[in-house]
Amino acid sequence: MSDAELLTLSAILAAMVRAATPLVFAALGELVTERAGVLNLGIEGMMLIGAVAAFAVAHADGGILLSIAAGAAAGMAIAALFAVLALGLRANQVACGLALSLFGVGLSAFLGKGLIGTPIEALPALPLPGLSRIPVIGKALFDHDILVYLSVLAAPAIHLFLFRSRAGLILRAVGENHDAAHAIGYAVLRVRLLAVLFGGAMAGLGGAYLSLTYTPMWVENMAAGRGWIALALVVFATWRPARALLGAYLFGGVTILQLHAQNWGVGVPSQILAMLPYVATIVVLVAISRDESKIKLNAPACLGKVFHSGR
Amino acid sequence: MKILRRTGLALALALTAGLWGAGGARADEPLKVGFVYVGPIGDHGYSYQHNQGRLAVEKHFGDKVKTTYVENVPEGADAERVIRQLATSGHQLIFTTSFGFMNPTVKVAKQFPKVKFEHATGYRRAPNLAIYTARFYEGRYAAGVAAARMSKTHRLGYIASFPIPEVVRGVNAFLLGARSVDPKAEVRVVWVNSWFDPGKEREAAEALMAQGVDVLAQHTDSAAPVQAAEEKGVWAIGQSSDMSRFGPKSHLTAIVNDWSGYYISRVQAAMDGTWTSTDTWKGFDAGMVHLAPFNPAMPAAVKADVLKVVAAITEKKLHPFTGPIKDQSGKERVAAGQTLSDAELLKMNWFVEGVVGSVPH
Repeated sequence: MSDAELLTLSAILAAMVRAATPLVFAALGELVTERAGVLNLGIEGMMLIGAVAAFAVAHADGGILLSIAAGAAAGMAIAALFAVLALGLRANQVACGLALSLFGVGLSAFLGKGLIGTPIEALPALPLPGLSRIPVIGKALFDHDILVYLSVLAAPAIHLFLFRSRAGLILRAVGENHDAAHAIGYAVLRVRLLAVLFGGAMAGLGGAYLSLTYTPMWVENMAAGRGWIALALVVFATWRPARALLGAYLFGGVTILQLHAQNWGVGVPSQILAMLPYVATIVVLVAISRDESKIKLNAPACLGKVFHSGR
Repeated sequence: MKILRRTGLALALALTAGLWGAGGARADEPLKVGFVYVGPIGDHGYSYQHNQGRLAVEKHFGDKVKTTYVENVPEGADAERVIRQLATSGHQLIFTTSFGFMNPTVKVAKQFPKVKFEHATGYRRAPNLAIYTARFYEGRYAAGVAAARMSKTHRLGYIASFPIPEVVRGVNAFLLGARSVDPKAEVRVVWVNSWFDPGKEREAAEALMAQGVDVLAQHTDSAAPVQAAEEKGVWAIGQSSDMSRFGPKSHLTAIVNDWSGYYISRVQAAMDGTWTSTDTWKGFDAGMVHLAPFNPAMPAAVKADVLKVVAAITEKKLHPFTGPIKDQSGKERVAAGQTLSDAELLKMNWFVEGVVGSVPH
């Protein structure tokens, strides 16, 4: 490979990481929420609220950590609203989640009115000592901002929590069979509330990445459908954190690759290339839906079901 | 009962419409003008520019007009409700500013024959419905001249939204402008299949810059490409409005949509009673398109050359689509000395030789 090709490869890898990061956050958050048996379709709305809150704090010179925290807290706050409706008042989760998405789009637009057209400095890159000097991949993979590293670390952390800790076991038990979990004395609603709040915080972080680093500005609807992609990724990953991480990187990679490939003379229309990630998700969906045992093994059995403690 | 209520409603509507028709004739009452926008007025792009036009109308006519605007109107059934609402509340002239408002506008215009309507970027007209749009490609040609003069690599990048004639025409005009000063110039196109996705627009910009592009142009709505150019130290050309605050060092100029002059003249016509249903497609000559202030770092000679091109187009001495023009396969599409007709421009679906990338069909 020539130097120019190596540079291009490095640029593609770095771009893949950037494109994947907001998806990693949002998908991992939703994964935990769904593992507890709650389907929250409001990811897009939570991301946008997180984005506008993080941007507002950064714009007021609140500093890096405070901006990031604001994004997570705002996502969590709006997830709490969902929890009140879907858990507290036992409203239909699908309807509440959809409403949350629409509400988030509108509310973030309203809150961000005064922030449009005022760019900020992007979060600084933190090159990892040593690793970032590896040729080609060093610059591509180990020279990013703090949110990127946080998103990658979140996947193994969530895996350990879900499958190696007692709290994770309880969370999964609540998602698999809330009546049984209730019968042996676990507080189903409290566990679900915490899972929903965690999902909100993660979506908020995904949004914060968009407005603080990816494109350091605030514009209405800047998530541009990423919340829905994250939702699909959870199914694609069959509710496993490592696969969600992989799926987000695959998705990000294909998105970036098709932008580059348009001028390589591949001869495939750009719309087809742009469709690829969605096609892959559908294929996985079909593949796991065909095999009943796979669904039973993977999907939380109580996903989306309303819990009535009185029974 | 239901029928009765309906008739009553229709009667009330007719009465109101009649009353407002009479009201319009009185000279001392301000003329009520309505505007419907598809985006937020704070988008610093398309809807923002239409709103600047509305503000210019208010400034020009003072208390002789009263303007109303509705922003963020989705294209579809909701638009019809908004437009009808404006018509029933006494607005005598209503501008609907997005392509997707076409059918709702046609429908409401039929129901309110005394109200005057104007629809932007569409093609359906009626006796009380005029249409208007701007020749943005004139601005893109001039921007192409500026881009080629500033480029060192002879490679210009273009972030394109959807393969519709408006966008294809813009890419071609940009290339022809560039080639008029640099025969080696090429334009690399990346389609993002979206009007608005800051993240994807940024990545398209990065992809182009990785290919050695050193001037970026865009036909998408966010300032993300300008921001990406600023970070990497290459030039960028803004879209719809001046985007220099997103890239003070990189923003070369922008192709600005300016509706002020048109809106003022149409409001004047409505006041004078000379308003008719017209089909307007004007560019530099009517001031509907102009270039944003040039970057201070641009050499004076380049500025002067670009302004010369703008002047030539304004005075109709230069048509951006003058032959010989070949398409990507080398086939001659426009013979030497010929120019493309408006009809051909409106359905353009092929790239000019020198554009790298393809029009997906």
